[in-house]
Amino acid sequence: MKLPPFDYACPTTLPEAIELLASHDDAKAIAGGQSLVPMLAFRLAQPSLLVDLRKLADLRGIRISDAGVTLGAMVRWRDIEEDERLETAHPLLKAAISHVAHYQIRNRGTVGGSIAHADPAAEMPGIAMTCDAEIAVVGKSGAHVIQAADFFQGALTTALTTDEIIVEIRLPAWPAGRRWGFQEFARRRGDFAMAAAAVFYDQDERGKARNAHVGVIGVGDRPLRLTAVEDLLNGESIDEATIAKADAATSAAVEPQDDIHASAAYRRSLVGTMVERALTSAAAA
Amino acid sequence: MSVQFEVNGKNVEVEVEPRLTLADCLRHHLRLTGTHVGCEHGVCGACTVIVDGAAVRSCLMLAVQAEGAEIVTVEGLSNDDDLTPLQKSFRKHHALQCGFCTPGMITTAHVLLSEEPDCDAARVREVLSGNLCRCTGYISIVEAVLDARSAYGHKDDAGDRARERR
Repeated sequence: MKLPPFDYACPTTLPEAIELLASHDDAKAIAGGQSLVPMLAFRLAQPSLLVDLRKLADLRGIRISDAGVTLGAMVRWRDIEEDERLETAHPLLKAAISHVAHYQIRNRGTVGGSIAHADPAAEMPGIAMTCDAEIAVVGKSGAHVIQAADFFQGALTTALTTDEIIVEIRLPAWPAGRRWGFQEFARRRGDFAMAAAAVFYDQDERGKARNAHVGVIGVGDRPLRLTAVEDLLNGESIDEATIAKADAATSAAVEPQDDIHASAAYRRSLVGTMVERALTSAAAA
Repeated sequence: MSVQFEVNGKNVEVEVEPRLTLADCLRHHLRLTGTHVGCEHGVCGACTVIVDGAAVRSCLMLAVQAEGAEIVTVEGLSNDDDLTPLQKSFRKHHALQCGFCTPGMITTAHVLLSEEPDCDAARVREVLSGNLCRCTGYISIVEAVLDARSAYGHKDDAGDRARERR
């Protein structure tokens, strides 16, 4: 369907963009537009004004430091794909992003756009949740940081207020030797996940897991951290028996809904299998 | 709103509503109807054009966002006299039937082959997974793209085999 009518502005500074968002009812920021434009086409969104962020150069760029990886909100999937530093600086991010959408969309879609859109089956919000990301936003009342756990509030619903813009996503540092795995199931690679799991853990001197993080997408109204599964992994050797327990605990911890893509029972089983496979590949590394 | 950009090497200026997609701008305002619009929400890939060197879905981009961009459509990838190597390969391998998806296949494959002339069948399939074809079953399309690699500087198959033997 054709898009509903709206006004358009393309500010060159962040304060200007915030002012535009704050001074209009129903104004919406557009980054890559790869989620928002379909929403407009379906008339699920009918903003009065679109504020294009494409000229805000400060929102671009991937910074890597001892503190971790900082992704500018306007970093595109392709930028992550092509950044070789991330192979070691954040291999889990890199692996997860390889599942995001198709070729053409990867050339346009942005990290900040995906976080703001908050699709419960999208990879980037899942990685933000799994990795305790900080989401830095700026609005009328100034700059502040929102923890990923507080940011995602439901399907397509976030803590972002209407005048706020995401400026960057900060992922804590990734120590060398960390074990990790990412597994996703979709009917076609690049489609939204029916279910996916991101896991990582560190190891103590005895080779037991500690600091386990288990995140899943596609099985709830938002990306989820499964603390029950993490508790079960911490202090254990990640062997076949532990992984089997984690599989069962994952299925028990989620409450997926039936939809046209899969039944709740199928998703419940599938997400356990994704965690099982992610842990298996983590342990084999 | 007035927007200026370059299409197939020519500067154009068009007066558009902000809500007009780049796809509709190309087709209705610039009469470049080679770009096809299938699903209008970023699933089918038929509307793929090349924006500043990257394959992009023109139904998911507003015309006003193209300000200052260099755009190449499927028209810009043909020449008047003869078929291009990629087009010839599509014909040779029967890589189209109804032809509706073909402009998106050609633009996408052109960018892929320009950037990665040594791509293998798996990579071609991965990239074309964003382009739906309801006629061919894709096998002939993948073969056509692989066969066109030589025109983009792919090291020849004999070379591949020689390296494998070593």
